[in-house]
Amino acid sequence: MSQISGAQAIVKCLLEENVDTIFGYPGGAVIDLYDELSNCPDLTHVLVRHEQAAVHAADGYARVTGEVGVALLTSGPGATNGVTGIATAYMDSIPIVILTGQVPTPLIGNDAFQEVDIVGITRPCTKHNYLVNSKEELVEVMREAFHVARTGRPGPVLVDLPKDIIKDGIEFEDRKPIRMQSYQPNYEPHMGQVEKACRLITEARKPVLYVGGGVILSDGATELTELATKLNIPVTMTLMGLGAFPGHHELSMGMLGMHGTYTANMAVAESDLLISVGARFDDRVTGKLDTFATNAKIIHIDIDPTSISKNVKVDVPIVADCKKALTAMNSWFNNQQDISVEAEKAKHQDWFNKITNWQELHPLGYQDEGEQIKPQYVVEMLDKLTNGDAIVATEVGQHQMWAAQFYRFSDPRRFLTSGGLGTMGYGFPAAIGAKLARPDKICIDIAGDGSIQMNIQELATARQYNTPVKIAILNNQFLGMVRQWQELFYDKRYASTVMDIAPDFVKLAQAYGAVGLRATKKSEVEDVIKEALAVDNTVLMDFKISREEGVFPMVPAGKSNTEMLLV
Amino acid sequence: MKHTLSVLLQNKPGVLSRVTGLFSGRGFNIESLCVAETLDPKVSCLTVITKGDNAIIEQITKQLHKLIDVIKVVDIDEGEFVEREMVLIRVNAEEHTRAEVLRIIDIFRGKVVDVSPNSYAIEVTGSSSKIEAIIDILRPIGIQEIVRTGKIAIARGRASKKGVT
Repeated sequence: MSQISGAQAIVKCLLEENVDTIFGYPGGAVIDLYDELSNCPDLTHVLVRHEQAAVHAADGYARVTGEVGVALLTSGPGATNGVTGIATAYMDSIPIVILTGQVPTPLIGNDAFQEVDIVGITRPCTKHNYLVNSKEELVEVMREAFHVARTGRPGPVLVDLPKDIIKDGIEFEDRKPIRMQSYQPNYEPHMGQVEKACRLITEARKPVLYVGGGVILSDGATELTELATKLNIPVTMTLMGLGAFPGHHELSMGMLGMHGTYTANMAVAESDLLISVGARFDDRVTGKLDTFATNAKIIHIDIDPTSISKNVKVDVPIVADCKKALTAMNSWFNNQQDISVEAEKAKHQDWFNKITNWQELHPLGYQDEGEQIKPQYVVEMLDKLTNGDAIVATEVGQHQMWAAQFYRFSDPRRFLTSGGLGTMGYGFPAAIGAKLARPDKICIDIAGDGSIQMNIQELATARQYNTPVKIAILNNQFLGMVRQWQELFYDKRYASTVMDIAPDFVKLAQAYGAVGLRATKKSEVEDVIKEALAVDNTVLMDFKISREEGVFPMVPAGKSNTEMLLV
Repeated sequence: MKHTLSVLLQNKPGVLSRVTGLFSGRGFNIESLCVAETLDPKVSCLTVITKGDNAIIEQITKQLHKLIDVIKVVDIDEGEFVEREMVLIRVNAEEHTRAEVLRIIDIFRGKVVDVSPNSYAIEVTGSSSKIEAIIDILRPIGIQEIVRTGKIAIARGRASKKGVT
């Protein structure tokens, strides 16, 4: 067998995994790999302007496609700049593979130029990571990395590649099925548990489906919708779960938790059965734990056993792939002789009426104030003018919550947001990754004036690759979410949250060769969005919103979900 | 409550720090930790003594099992088991105490492993309470140095088979 270089082997491995796009930034340790990439027409390399953006873009790519996203960074600072992106993907269980260059093997541990122990640094924020110790294990490690990233509960996997291993010649062996003695994720639900769960549903009168990102990751949205509509069970989604169930459906109660809807939080508090699917009882969801869903029995479907009974004691755990578990539950209800689906549905009618009442009593809303631009209105207009079908990325803060509340996602894999880590600067590069993956879709980054400045340099990337991402800045010249807490809980002492020194975003966009638009009055909002959608270029929209608008409802930290502050 | 977990790991660089990093990162407690190769040189066995209520021990075992390099986690306390610890002690052995020290070592079924004109280095194996007892008894005579291994444990009867997934 003839020998090929490590770089050639790495490229071959990427092609084996059907990778077509990678995001990266070159440097000394990976120069040989870049040289090889330039010979490979089947792989598009997207040159970002900061390594953090490479990882976020790969993450955005992965979220919309369901495939493994790939980022390529150099050693030392290249790798450390990627860490925020890696931790972001880890918290949200996004399958990405990060390739980092490393100094040559003989220099490792010598404090060589641009050396850092990136495997040590990323151990707690990757699903797994590898330092390739010898050229013989290179190909096996690459294949394992993709396998680990995409299977089980997905997550980021980092492969650290010493420069000598990238250069050396190796034998490239054919692909064999991957066998890992200590890693065999379980997908199949235990049928006894499924039956127990279904029996609990038949006994419930006030059930709630509490749905998280696991449903989207497992491509289980169709099965979820089937179960909810078959049995007339109202659905609430976590931030990560938005899109798993159609936002406009009469059974949708929207998001729950700290900035959830009144209906969702009341329904969970009063429910007698909480069916959690692919969600993890995060503190932003549960509020004060001792008062969360105290009247409910809990069914918890999750592929990761550590999620089960971590924060809340569960009555019926099902460790399985969400899609497979939901399929099993649907077929149980379809095939059970003693169960009539119609009768089950009817059992929940009173509950459904109560929920409709709550929805009418306290719908999501805001005070309209003449020509002032309300941020919620901007999101509503974006929803309306894109038919709820755009891919929407966000940064982190108030705008993120307004996007979650007022953009009604009809499909999964449309909402890209840093739910777990809460990373400002995530949205724009993620939107670039998403647009490259789905050029047919409108891609919007809903941003704040603070967050957008964390990765604003990516305007150059968007321009270079003709990715017409539309950025909507909800500009209140504040770090709005922290300001809101200061207003409510710190006597309006706005410590370091005033951001009235900022660039002229319209001119900034133009400086990058993108289009800048601005609206300062409500009546201008619709036209600005229409124009932005019509232009085939990256567009930055600067909406000067009413400055001290708050996100409501809000459950103050540490309070029960029923103690919401309303509009 | 104390628990003894026996963890089988891939014997690869960095695996131990994955385990200890998990404990420190998630705020779990390590009372003692011992690790060495098993019969299969590709596999190591780690014995860790930890503390916590049932919910915490459940999380620890699940989180350990989630590590890609962890093959098996057994909570030894769930069945009958034998645990042992070893200690090496350098104790004063002047002319007038030598006989006394040797008698104590004999009672504890210890061994003298090194002798110098005024000290013995001794080796004792046993349960933690036995180790504590000999240390207490030798202390008035003058202990110069102590090195303890931490506990290791093995299930009684059959090979530990009850993995926690």
